[in-house]
Amino acid sequence: MTSANGETDGAEPALVVEDLVVERGEIQVLNGVSFSAKSGHIMGVIGPNGAGKSTLFNTLTGLIPAREGRVLINGKSIADSRGSVAFVPQRQNINWDLPMTVWDMVMLGRTRRIGWFRRPGRADKQAVEDALNQVWMWDKRSTLISELSGGQQQRIFIARALAQGVDVLILDEAFRGVDFTSQEVMTLVLQEMRDAGKTILLASHNINYIRRLSDECLCLNRSVVACGPTSEVLVPNIMEELYRSVDIYRAYESEQN
Amino acid sequence: MDAVSDLLIAPFQYGFMVRALIVSLLVGIMCPMLGAYVVTKGLGFMGDALSHAVLPGMVAAFLVGANPFLGAIPMGIAVALLSGYLIKRAGVTADTSVGILFAGLFALGVVMLSFTRGLRVSLEDILLGQVLGVTTRDVVVTAAIAGAVLAVLFLLHKEFVFASFDPAGAAVIGLPTQALDYLLLALLAVVIVLAIQAVGIVLVLAMLITPAATSFLLVRNFPKAMFTGALLGSISAVAGLYLSFHYNLPSGPSMALIATVIFALVVAVKKAR
Repeated sequence: MTSANGETDGAEPALVVEDLVVERGEIQVLNGVSFSAKSGHIMGVIGPNGAGKSTLFNTLTGLIPAREGRVLINGKSIADSRGSVAFVPQRQNINWDLPMTVWDMVMLGRTRRIGWFRRPGRADKQAVEDALNQVWMWDKRSTLISELSGGQQQRIFIARALAQGVDVLILDEAFRGVDFTSQEVMTLVLQEMRDAGKTILLASHNINYIRRLSDECLCLNRSVVACGPTSEVLVPNIMEELYRSVDIYRAYESEQN
Repeated sequence: MDAVSDLLIAPFQYGFMVRALIVSLLVGIMCPMLGAYVVTKGLGFMGDALSHAVLPGMVAAFLVGANPFLGAIPMGIAVALLSGYLIKRAGVTADTSVGILFAGLFALGVVMLSFTRGLRVSLEDILLGQVLGVTTRDVVVTAAIAGAVLAVLFLLHKEFVFASFDPAGAAVIGLPTQALDYLLLALLAVVIVLAIQAVGIVLVLAMLITPAATSFLLVRNFPKAMFTGALLGSISAVAGLYLSFHYNLPSGPSMALIATVIFALVVAVKKAR
């Protein structure tokens, strides 16, 4: 496996998705989705509401099963690559009633490495400290995560993935409603992760973020509309096909400007 | 000194009070430990319902002359797993289906109880607790079970916390979140059965959620809240026992009342600040 080594060409497909069909209830949400994402790359994922972005992410992380097709992460199935994928979910999926400090939250990322029935060791504490420093949140380590701003919370989720030592990081609308400082820190951290050979999938409604951050872009609307280098994909005729109307795309763009 | 010893030590010249003290303390410690999960996961209704639903198991054990634990614990675990399934099943309102199931089981238990004529079983003791009547065997069984539950809570602490805080994130790294949920419900059922001895079916909730809820007002860290809750729970249990001894009050309601008063005091002090 070359992806473990930061000096490789960084062009290995770390994530391969083939003919993915996923149903939710009666509705077929993904109809034969195929694409691959390289290690050392950030892939933006865009598409209209209901395009199946969250469904795709839930499938890639093993939260919902695929009816057909397959997913390979560094050549291994989802079940065999548990622990090498992390998911920064939309915030409503968290039980905020449970008081959790920043430190404890990032330590959750070490759960699998620590192993069943065991307590964190020195390496785990070091990994948590490093991760918190990387997202500029070391000072807040004793703060309750429910008391942080939305952007700071997202940084802690990213820190958890860093502490986990993932190969693939998936972010669903992670930039939505995030303060400026957190945006900048998150951008920096994601770029650092990319440079360290990680694969990052980033869904956003904000085309500007995608344009600025991602090397490649997946345009999804139940199936793959386009997938390729960002500069080649974020062009009007593809956007028109993706959003069915170029006006909607322009509206998205102007909303961000 | 004599007054103090009359107040604090004298009760324990009786064997039944020593046994009651041990069981009350164990219940006071165990209930808030699980109560921390019950409060943060919003399982209060579930806890109340579970305590009612184990009645048929208890009565069945009485009828065949077995230790009530032998009926109540398997019954509690079975019902916990079934309700866990009902909660997860889409399309069924969890509250409604769990409520119907548990009210029905409780009714069944009360009807079964009418077949126990001639046996020394009182509905009042089952509903409100009768910790003064526990046998040495009850004490041993309670201690053993409490030790086992504590061990599981300790060994699986980080997994339980992860699955409770961020179920999706826990599933992504491969934690068996469903199994952990079911295990937590099973532990809850077991602890509820232990608590029924002390405070009875109706007041289990007072020991399960009140000290835990109080602890979350005092400390804002999950493990510390578990220990603070255990401290408050054992204070409530022991103080309730003293109250019951000296003023000839029912022990279960006394414990529940003390737990509630502590909660009210903490709320009042917090408001006053």
